[in-house]
Amino acid sequence: MIKKIIFAVLLCLPAAAFASSEGPKLDEFKPNVEDKLSLQRGARVFVNYCMNCHSASYMRYSRLQDLGLTEKQIVDNLMVTGEKPVETMTAALRREDAEAWFGVAPPDLTVIARAKEQGPSWLYTYLRTFYRDPSRPTGWNNLVFSNVGMPHALWELQGERVAHYRTEKDHDGKEAHVFDKFETTRPGKMTAAEYDATVKDLVNYLVYMGEPAQTKRKITGIFVIFFLLGLTVLAYYLKKEFWKDIH
Amino acid sequence: MEMLKQLLGWVDDRFPLTATWKQHLSEYYAPKNFNFWYFFGSLALLVLVLQLVTGIFLTIHYKPDASLNAAGVPVAFASVEYIMRDVDWGWLIRYLHATGASMFFVVVYLHMFRGMIYGSYQKPRELIWIFGCFIYVALMAEAFMGYLLPWGQMSFWGAQVIVNLFSAIPFVGEEIGIWIRGDYVISDATLNRFFAFHVAAVPLVLLGLVVMHLVALHEVGSNNPDGIEIKKKKDPETHIPLDGIPFHPYYTVKDILGVAVFLIVFSVIMFFTPEMGGYFLEANNFVPADPFKTPTHIAPLWYFTAFYSILRAVPPMFDSQFPGVIAMGMAIVVLFLLPWLDKSPVKSIRYRGPMYKWALTLFIVSFFILSYLGTLSTTSGRTLVAQICSVIYFAFFILMPWYTRMDKTKPEPERVTA
Repeated sequence: MIKKIIFAVLLCLPAAAFASSEGPKLDEFKPNVEDKLSLQRGARVFVNYCMNCHSASYMRYSRLQDLGLTEKQIVDNLMVTGEKPVETMTAALRREDAEAWFGVAPPDLTVIARAKEQGPSWLYTYLRTFYRDPSRPTGWNNLVFSNVGMPHALWELQGERVAHYRTEKDHDGKEAHVFDKFETTRPGKMTAAEYDATVKDLVNYLVYMGEPAQTKRKITGIFVIFFLLGLTVLAYYLKKEFWKDIH
Repeated sequence: MEMLKQLLGWVDDRFPLTATWKQHLSEYYAPKNFNFWYFFGSLALLVLVLQLVTGIFLTIHYKPDASLNAAGVPVAFASVEYIMRDVDWGWLIRYLHATGASMFFVVVYLHMFRGMIYGSYQKPRELIWIFGCFIYVALMAEAFMGYLLPWGQMSFWGAQVIVNLFSAIPFVGEEIGIWIRGDYVISDATLNRFFAFHVAAVPLVLLGLVVMHLVALHEVGSNNPDGIEIKKKKDPETHIPLDGIPFHPYYTVKDILGVAVFLIVFSVIMFFTPEMGGYFLEANNFVPADPFKTPTHIAPLWYFTAFYSILRAVPPMFDSQFPGVIAMGMAIVVLFLLPWLDKSPVKSIRYRGPMYKWALTLFIVSFFILSYLGTLSTTSGRTLVAQICSVIYFAFFILMPWYTRMDKTKPEPERVTA
């Protein structure tokens, strides 16, 4: 058992060298957690679409007051199953059911934006690159997370698309299938631009939820650093005064 | 005032309060020519206290429990997020502790480097260096076990890899692995015992070693950038070293300045980039530990990566990783031998010849390269570079008796220079 794990780990190390260099390029997204309206829209998308299956089990509804909402607004607009505001954001889907249906329970999303390198860009790209793939059990596949277990939860917004691949020769002359473009087979409720904006709101919200204290952290940091700069000046002159007779 | 004096007298009759104060602060004479490199001892002490205090507050809220809660998340992982969200200023305490861990190593590495450039390990300070090396080893153990506690993917798999190093020991390895884990795999039993070691056993050892480090230092007196003994030139009447100044108030005041600047650097990292680009907090550690999902890339935190590189640089022999484990162990053991490997007649780099300067430069560059490579996955090219750097790392120590003897040193001054 132990030996197997050692070997598994050691075998993975060289594989990782290739894994890290491959994969499609991410569309860069710089989150802005100061945009409260965007966060509110994102929270609504999160509650309406993501939370059917995913929980945010470290996040209390009441904390959403950070987004400039009153407790009543939170209860009326973002809570559907009659919880108390102090409770955490728990999915409607039961874990046992999820395991039975998808083979794996959907991961908790509270800190998902921090769980990936370049988390915001990864999520922004991931949520916009689902496509129809009949070979998959869910009927869906994804460009950045190939053979993902999750179906496209936002499909009614984005519509249905298929991916077209073209054949290219890589450096060694081997033929490889490379993603070419998407083709929309059934339009969704939103235009591409509207959909991108919605995903930005959602990712913004996920980034906020990953660390609700981040705004306070930065503000506190500015105060602390100004205090320390003052202390440094004081300490410098104190030292100079004490040391003036040392030669 | 008179009452306070009487009280002090009462205490002094029963406990050497004034005597201790004098011996270690107000009448401890330190060389007056300490430079930038001499800030890191007191800063290490500061970070130690910071880690102890923030650690106590974290212990109040953290739960070392690997079982799953109602939402299907390990309790330990969820309790860290609880601290980050629901505990007042909990995020600050946690970030102080996490940033403090990395900054502890930054400070300690700079402190060790100071010892190397000014020969602070040479006679009569061998024991100070030895205690320091033990502190470094204890710190590594402390950091390693502390990193398991958030119970993320990197916590779990990092611990898995390191404990498996012990399992690579021939014949008894398997048993030792089980003994360390308390189980056949990293599990709740491992988490609980690592918690106990992290919050009680290792900190006690660390504190004891720090006291010994300081007592030994104050017995022989501090070295200085010139590497000469200030005790050789004393005032004939007061018997105070001519180049010595009382630690308090001169160096306490100077160290306050060092502390203030250090805290600015610390704060910039902690408040504005607490993950430090994945070097202080790894992205994968925001995923709860999953024994069934091996991450594609497992790397320890940056302060261990040089040794991890040495481990990976040694090819397996007889189907065993053990030679690599030995090399990694030796890379740390060899530090202890430094006082006896250095045969130079002078201490400070200021009066050493070009050979030592070259050797030290190559050593430091190799250490940086090894540290960097350890954060990456291996390729055949990277492994070759790691092998070359590992050879340089060991050559620095093994060849030291020869090149320090052959080196052309300059004459040391009689008194310290500015």
